[in-house]
Amino acid sequence: MTSNKNNWLSAPYTLWSAVFIIIPLCMIFYYGLTDKTGAFTLENITAIATAEHAKALRLSILLSLISTLLCFLLAYPLAMILTNMKISQHSFIILIFILPMWMNFLLRTLAWQTLLEKSGVINSILTFLHLPNINIINTPYAIILGMVYNFLPFMVLPLYNALSKIDENVINAARDLGADNIHTFFRIILPLSVPGIISGLSMVFVPALTTFVISSLLGGSKILLIGNVIDQEFTQASNWNLGSGLSIVLMIFIILNMIASAVFDKDGEGSML
Amino acid sequence: MSKELIHLNNISKSFDGQMVLDELNLTIHENEFVTLLGPSGCGKTTTLRILGGFATPDTGSVIFDGQDITKLPPNLRPLNTVFQKYALFTHMNIAENIAFGLKIRKKSKDYIADKIRYALKLVNLEGYENRMPDSLSGGQQQRIAIARAIVNEPKVLLLDEPLGALDLKLRQEMQYELIRMKNELGITFVYVTHDQEEALTMSDTIVVMNQGYIQQIGSPESIYNEPENAFVADFIGDSNIISATMIEDKLVNILGTRFTCVDTGFGHNKPVDVVIRPEDVELTAPKEGILQGVVSHLIFKGVHYEMEVMAGGFEWLVHSTALHPVGQEVGIRIDPYNIQIMNKPESEDEEAVAIDI
Repeated sequence: MTSNKNNWLSAPYTLWSAVFIIIPLCMIFYYGLTDKTGAFTLENITAIATAEHAKALRLSILLSLISTLLCFLLAYPLAMILTNMKISQHSFIILIFILPMWMNFLLRTLAWQTLLEKSGVINSILTFLHLPNINIINTPYAIILGMVYNFLPFMVLPLYNALSKIDENVINAARDLGADNIHTFFRIILPLSVPGIISGLSMVFVPALTTFVISSLLGGSKILLIGNVIDQEFTQASNWNLGSGLSIVLMIFIILNMIASAVFDKDGEGSML
Repeated sequence: MSKELIHLNNISKSFDGQMVLDELNLTIHENEFVTLLGPSGCGKTTTLRILGGFATPDTGSVIFDGQDITKLPPNLRPLNTVFQKYALFTHMNIAENIAFGLKIRKKSKDYIADKIRYALKLVNLEGYENRMPDSLSGGQQQRIAIARAIVNEPKVLLLDEPLGALDLKLRQEMQYELIRMKNELGITFVYVTHDQEEALTMSDTIVVMNQGYIQQIGSPESIYNEPENAFVADFIGDSNIISATMIEDKLVNILGTRFTCVDTGFGHNKPVDVVIRPEDVELTAPKEGILQGVVSHLIFKGVHYEMEVMAGGFEWLVHSTALHPVGQEVGIRIDPYNIQIMNKPESEDEEAVAIDI
């Protein structure tokens, strides 16, 4: 009886996921595994091995790894500071961090483009102060900056979630048993926050790996990430088969990532997002 | 009494302007089982945290074995704590939990292995080395928390309501276990609880606290039989606390009737509080009693009957193995030794507060 009710309540979502998730996925697999004539082929998948595509994938993985690492290094101390704050103080800081997330992702990235341009806001100020200009627009550095800026909150929140779950007395117990701050951190706090770390890593790594907006806005047209390649196959080359094939390859990476985080993040630290 | 080990001198502590401890002085001896007893918010846990190094007093000093440790961080103090909710390291197995303090002190592998074996034997959990804390029951986790603390050979073990989360039967078992462990280890236990029965069962010395002040320090017997004020009398066990007048030495006017007692030195016609334990009220035939009254309530409690007797305008709480049905007229008699005279509270902080137990 109750299960019938529940089934009925989930109907809108079931319909939604059928139309907008399952069917498109089936289409991706259909296009990915066929050629233009509709005959079965694995060529679209193996196309990832061509020099151009492999280079884009390697660069994507490299830049996402660097961004994820930077996010982690920035977010962990911040999450620790937040955890040790009183509720009234930290909700304000969290607000500051979440506030940019309310603004459109595209707008935020465009704003960075304006800021970083050769004669953009930052360089105007630097010139005014007689300081050397920075020219990172249209370089991988700008892409990393964009990724870190956009995805940092996705790292902070699961970390904060995991850290605030650690019982204060567990830390007190470690201190009581003779551990100094360094020991307490590496032996107790860090291991106990692993679910949050895994969750944060995958929540930054996956969108960074698949992005094509950040790379096309901040990387110019010269730097191609795998997301840009797929984007071009669909929109410019109109080769849906190849685009789908490359998408499947990318999906494999994402699924591996999700498996890893499901194994470690049993408490669902990332589920609040 | 054995050697003095810890002195708390004039400790004061307030949180957000709220005074938690006010000029507290306490001496703890070597090999003593000291219990800090009081209702929640009385300052007992804060006192323990100051001993453990997790809170710094606003004023005053903590002297340990002649050395001032007031500002010493917890990791450098020669004492260990057993926390209320065990605070085991859930990402380590039992052996790793117990070895934590020893590994930090860089003890040898053999030494650590010996210690783990010894500690698990002491807490009756041999063979649990490879289990994870989450797979243990509350009582077992508590034993591991104790094992983890004692392998470091502290001179003092601090226990913060360690049995609070356990059910009644297990709590009683653990009380005996703790006494046995303390005797085997030969170290000082400082134990915090709000449970008067726990305190009476285990302690050498009970420190009764209320609202940041020590109300009385003494052995379980003296705290129970000779409470110094109405708060202590009310908090420890059931009691009849009656306003009375001390007519002269060894003679007290209770509810308009003269009773012989054994206390002296209170002066003439001085208002006092009198404590009479329910089991010390003897019910007799009406004519044989000093006071006459009528039984108004009766409850069977297992070991004894609990009765309320209306006599002299006061409802007396009486414990007796003899049954007197409701409505029966009875006489009340009290042995002079069982009348405990206390000074009326002089200040607000000594005043008894209503406690539901």
